[in-house]
Amino acid sequence: MIQTVFKGSRRYGYWILFLLAIIAVAFGCYLYQFKEGLLITGMNRDVSWGFYIAQFTYLVGIAASGVMVVLPCYLHNYKAFARITVFGEFLAIAAVMMCLLFIFVDIGKPVRMLNVLFYPTPHSILFWDMVVLNVYMLLNIFIGWNVLSAERKGVHYPNWVKVLIYISIPWAFSIHTVTAFIYAGLPGRPYWLTAIMAARFLSSAFCSGPALLILLCLIIRKVTNFDPGKEQIRTLGSIVAYAMLLNVFFFLLELFTAFYSHIPEHMRPLIFLFKGLEGHGRLAPWMWTATIFAFISLVLLVVPQTRRNEDTLLVACISVIIATWIDKGLGLVIGGFTPNPFGGITDYWPTKPEVMISIGVYATGFLVLTLLYKMAVSVKEEVGA
Amino acid sequence: MLYDGAKILVGLIIGLAFFVSPFVYDAGKPYKKPEPQLTEKAKKAGECVASKAFMREWHMQLLDEWRNEVVRKGERYYRPRELARKSTLDKRLLDQWRHLVSDGTRHYIPKTDKVYYKSLQNTCLDCHSNKSKFCDECHNYLGVHPYCWNCHIAPEEKK
Amino acid sequence: MDVNRREFLKIAGLSTLFGVGVNSVFQLLAPGELEASLSPLKKDRKIQWAIAVDMKKVDDRMLDKAVEACHRYHNVPKIPGHKGLKWIWKEDFEHSFPEQENSYVNEEIEKMHFPLLCNHCDNPPCCRVCPTKATFKREDGIVMMDWHRCIGCRFCMAACPYGSRSFNWGDPRRVMTDEELKKLNPDFPTNMEFPTRTKGVVEKCTFCYDRIDKGKRPICVEVANKIKEQAFIFGNILDPESDIRTVLKERFALRRKPELGTGTNIYYLI
Repeated sequence: MIQTVFKGSRRYGYWILFLLAIIAVAFGCYLYQFKEGLLITGMNRDVSWGFYIAQFTYLVGIAASGVMVVLPCYLHNYKAFARITVFGEFLAIAAVMMCLLFIFVDIGKPVRMLNVLFYPTPHSILFWDMVVLNVYMLLNIFIGWNVLSAERKGVHYPNWVKVLIYISIPWAFSIHTVTAFIYAGLPGRPYWLTAIMAARFLSSAFCSGPALLILLCLIIRKVTNFDPGKEQIRTLGSIVAYAMLLNVFFFLLELFTAFYSHIPEHMRPLIFLFKGLEGHGRLAPWMWTATIFAFISLVLLVVPQTRRNEDTLLVACISVIIATWIDKGLGLVIGGFTPNPFGGITDYWPTKPEVMISIGVYATGFLVLTLLYKMAVSVKEEVGA
Repeated sequence: MLYDGAKILVGLIIGLAFFVSPFVYDAGKPYKKPEPQLTEKAKKAGECVASKAFMREWHMQLLDEWRNEVVRKGERYYRPRELARKSTLDKRLLDQWRHLVSDGTRHYIPKTDKVYYKSLQNTCLDCHSNKSKFCDECHNYLGVHPYCWNCHIAPEEKK
Repeated sequence: MDVNRREFLKIAGLSTLFGVGVNSVFQLLAPGELEASLSPLKKDRKIQWAIAVDMKKVDDRMLDKAVEACHRYHNVPKIPGHKGLKWIWKEDFEHSFPEQENSYVNEEIEKMHFPLLCNHCDNPPCCRVCPTKATFKREDGIVMMDWHRCIGCRFCMAACPYGSRSFNWGDPRRVMTDEELKKLNPDFPTNMEFPTRTKGVVEKCTFCYDRIDKGKRPICVEVANKIKEQAFIFGNILDPESDIRTVLKERFALRRKPELGTGTNIYYLI
């Protein structure tokens, strides 16, 4: 099946070259970071996690795209989704791969990365995060590959794949929960110390993952001969609608707890994010942009006519992605560290090399995604699906 | 008849060039055996924490053991005579000792019941303070670049 | 056995995964590993080093000297700005105890400077989260750093509620070559008998564990007490006869964020 990625249209070739060019530049930036250290980023003693970890957190959510297609298909016999499960699974693989790459570029001593394996520490959530993310990626690789392979040969996939599929469903829930636990168990960060952190991660995952999947399906329909299907996209739209509603509702719950209790350490991070504190308000326009896009997406998703119309659905999905990316990425991470443990405010903003390296990681993920999708589409076109 | 013969031949030549390049790079340079030199203090001490043959082969493993014992277990003192007890290196040490000959004795028993403070910077380099003429001699020859020196400060040497 | 290329690759891949997984499990089940992981929770510890800072005896000059002595002994370079490093430093009341929101605090206390350092908590969140046990609690209560093992993930920095930890964003030895930093650190490294750290590892006060192992006191304690006796009262807080326990019976002490249950061991006698 791999040979299908080497043959494609001119546009496909240019896209691959474009991604490779970005990766080359970003790799150069990374070598600079490897030599000088994380000094070149905007992170500092108070905001010690920044853009890289923000992207990692967001991409764990995107990896939920797989389960949101697999769950209805296998647990509720919604056979329409069988047409696109492989795309959900392949998106999950690319997303988790990007997560791991973002961790790699963020740690201070990447050459010691294997210490997490040499000295396993079950009381550390980061250890479990490494376990669940890697296993989830492997699950999706095994499942996606075998299902696609079987489809190409015109046979049913082997039974052991079904076992893996059933495992992957609760496992997908675990990756968001464990990632949320990284944040939710820290006593010194009141913005993160909330019981619904895992629930919020799950809800934002279940709207952002399928939203991106819808976008990708629309692109596939446009540039290839394979049509993921109108019904499939419509159902995904409903899933995004419910999940986004839940996501925004959960955020409003946070606002209530903070502002009705009126406890300063719970209010201050939110005030910092949406208004600014002590003259530092760089994030405020971003958070309000996220709010506006969230509102737009909700309107378009809740109204059935705009949800069913694929053009407006497209706008809704883009809005969901923008809103969740800002809130779960920058908002979550920077808000957690601000105010600092001494009650003061320290600014953080990613530097240009930091952003370039992040773009490079995204380009690598998109490259993997492109190759995997090319494979899937070629197989589906081959068997005339 | 060789399909794509020209490409294969060109590839082969390039590959061969890469393979041979390290030898070509050093061609003509005289072979210099690494000769680590002892300082006056080291010569006077007469013995190290273990025999020369042992240290030559196992000093990195010993340091690895030491750094775990010091940092993680707080065991700062090394008594070679009492060695046959705690450390996981012991069995290997003892096995090696049985095979190595040092100063005509079968086993290396230090002449005194000396106690060493486990520290690369303060004990090892106290005697071997000429890092560039001792440690670096063999390390450079073998192309070994231990990153110990990124943290542990080597004593300043007089030029 | 007739194995084609695809099957061979599958077997090779699965074996690698299996090997890695089994190795990790073995490491976990190695004798002492699980105990080491659980040691912060051990109830039968005999020693917990602690410091009680007598704020009635402390003044700015003393604190400056203590900070300088600590940083010089441990080769902590002076790097200005928010990417700097500090193991112990001075902070005013409002920033030392931000949860003590008090608009009408006594003016004298408002202007006081408190020495902040790692609290060597009984129940340290940093040790709980470290994925490699590079930071761990020693038998004598000191929260240690293993700079050989730290991967620089900075999870401990996120977990510490007290902002005690610093990260080496770049190589600390760059202060020897960088034009601007050279002026602030003319004689770096300031202590040839203690290592520096490298870029990419987290560092913090280690209660001068190497001095304690030789029976001496932490440098900040020694320097402060040379200026005024018993300004920093150091001792084993689990020993009811120790100086520190005696003074805590007599005077009221503040601790930082006690409601978090971390069990801090730096007491501020006011």
